[in-house]
Amino acid sequence: MTTSEVTTAVRHRDGAAVIDLVGDVNARAEGSLDTAWEEAIATQPVAVVLNFETAGYINSTGIALIVGLLARARARGIPIRAYGLSPHYREIFEITRLADFLAINPDEDSAVLGADRRPT
Amino acid sequence: MTSLTGSFRRRLLGRSAETRHEPRARTEPVDTPHEEVAPVDIAPNDPLLAFMQSASGAVDVESLELDSPALAALKAAGVKLAVPLVSQGELIGVLNLGPRRSEQEYSSDDRKLLDNLAAQAAPALRVGQLVRQQQAEARTRERFEQELEVARLIQQNFLPKRLPELDGWQVAAYYRPAREVGGDFYDVIPLPHGRLGFVVGDVTDKGVPAALVMAATRSVLRASAQRLVDPGVVLERVNEHLCPDMPAKMFVTCLYGVLDPTTGHFRFANAGHDLPYVKTADGSVELRARGMPLGLMTGMAYEEKETVLAPGDSLLLHSDGVVEAHDPNGEMFGFPRLKDAVARYPGGGELIDRVLTDLREHTGADAEQEDDITMVTLARSSAAYETNGSAPTHQLVEFSVPSAEGNERLALERVSAIVGPLGMDQPRLKRLETAVGEATMNAMEHGNGYRSDQPVMVRVLTEADMVRVQITDLGGVSPERETEVPDIEAKLAGLQRPRGWGLFLIKNMVDEAHETSEGAEHTLELVMHLAEPATDERTRGGNHDDK
Repeated sequence: MTTSEVTTAVRHRDGAAVIDLVGDVNARAEGSLDTAWEEAIATQPVAVVLNFETAGYINSTGIALIVGLLARARARGIPIRAYGLSPHYREIFEITRLADFLAINPDEDSAVLGADRRPT
Repeated sequence: MTSLTGSFRRRLLGRSAETRHEPRARTEPVDTPHEEVAPVDIAPNDPLLAFMQSASGAVDVESLELDSPALAALKAAGVKLAVPLVSQGELIGVLNLGPRRSEQEYSSDDRKLLDNLAAQAAPALRVGQLVRQQQAEARTRERFEQELEVARLIQQNFLPKRLPELDGWQVAAYYRPAREVGGDFYDVIPLPHGRLGFVVGDVTDKGVPAALVMAATRSVLRASAQRLVDPGVVLERVNEHLCPDMPAKMFVTCLYGVLDPTTGHFRFANAGHDLPYVKTADGSVELRARGMPLGLMTGMAYEEKETVLAPGDSLLLHSDGVVEAHDPNGEMFGFPRLKDAVARYPGGGELIDRVLTDLREHTGADAEQEDDITMVTLARSSAAYETNGSAPTHQLVEFSVPSAEGNERLALERVSAIVGPLGMDQPRLKRLETAVGEATMNAMEHGNGYRSDQPVMVRVLTEADMVRVQITDLGGVSPERETEVPDIEAKLAGLQRPRGWGLFLIKNMVDEAHETSEGAEHTLELVMHLAEPATDERTRGGNHDDK
């Protein structure tokens, strides 16, 4: 486990915007996530997909940042989906009930196409 | 009159045939004016030596013409006939005869008789010489062994007869002299206020001289340690005492440290001795302090350093006989191997046993020990804590983390490295990591306000099938601490701030979490069983492979 600043990249696929998260999701990720979010919604995607496959350590501040994204998405009526979460962080998403408000998909295809369960 | 010439002591000894020591022979010469003739040496380059070596029989001294000081001496002594004694081609002596009593010349029969006598006497004489030589060598060896025994006795008499028994500490020592007995020594000195002085040293040279210097050093050091507190000052005093009487080309390397067993503080100074190693939770490190060996020159100062031996830490003091032991190819055991051994092995007596095993494997079991080997170990037991009358809790490690953003990673990684080997399953270890990270972050932010001069203390304890991680800040009962129960719907609705998940995560990640405050110290204790407790009713995911 090594400390790394998060970097983000935004891809558009099948009408969805995919934000690739590389590195730790903590307080230092705020600016990068904000930038990625603005870039993602600029094309008015049908959904924003968070790719956690290459994400590292996620702390409570990182959870708060994701809650912030979720609030912004709800305000715009854009669903958020996630994939690539490790079992440990999937458990955290469930404990915090983040999983009730964003869909957790097993892979990118299902996340982009919204084939998995939908948020309640 | 007979003389003998040894192969290594070319000497002719003129002696009267009528002395008490030499029985009169039939060929003995008549009485001479001198009862006893002074010994005559034949120098190695005297031509008489070569002449006698190659002579076929008795030599008429009077008619022999050589530019030889030895021949002149023989003539002056009245020697008439010289019969070479040759064994295996080597001139080992000369039978010298004065004039016959009848004053007649030696006849050819006389000469034949003397030649036969010389032929039989030479081997016997050679045997006698060899026996005498072996006896001399045996006496030399015996004297050497006696000296070694004296050196051993001196050294062993000045080594501690028993080691102290300290609550919470294990003290062990090993000393084995080489056959030729070097100058190693060690000592453990009881000091005022329950402190203990630890000494390990090495005198250059071997045998009795080294043992005597060792004894003197040990005595002066013991006396100085009782009167002086600082290890560096003690070594200064010892150096001043030793310098005036130190034999040429001799000196003493010595490490002296003082342990306070109640706190674990070990203050030390070093007079050019091999650096000790201390094993901590992070591996083994050298304890460095500068200083010249004792006895070389007066006016030396010795740097003092201090370390704290935490519960579970151990210290090894050693002599160069360990690291300088060679394998059959000439490669030394070396400092890196010893340092690695200290890091890998438990402390105390077991460390000594393991190092000795490694050393035997390195040198070969039958190899003769080259130098004295001395090791002294000092191991602090893992601390025991009271836990409401239940099983004792042992402290694995205690460390501090500076209060700075992102440093929770340091805490969780170190705790994970310590707890992982205890056998905690991976999903539970991941939860503990998250809880430690969140608790440290809360302590740095809400307790210490990210003040750089206020670190967060982290202590890891183990008991039976669980670990306890105590995270302490200096914020006391702070109103800044999280009290709100996070509700994601309220957060999404803007009724709660997005943050405030830390304590919630902590309580959901570990089996138990307890907060206590004492004065300024606020501690959050995280309790995590190594395996899922049977009474844990929370629903968790399966046994996943985490990334």
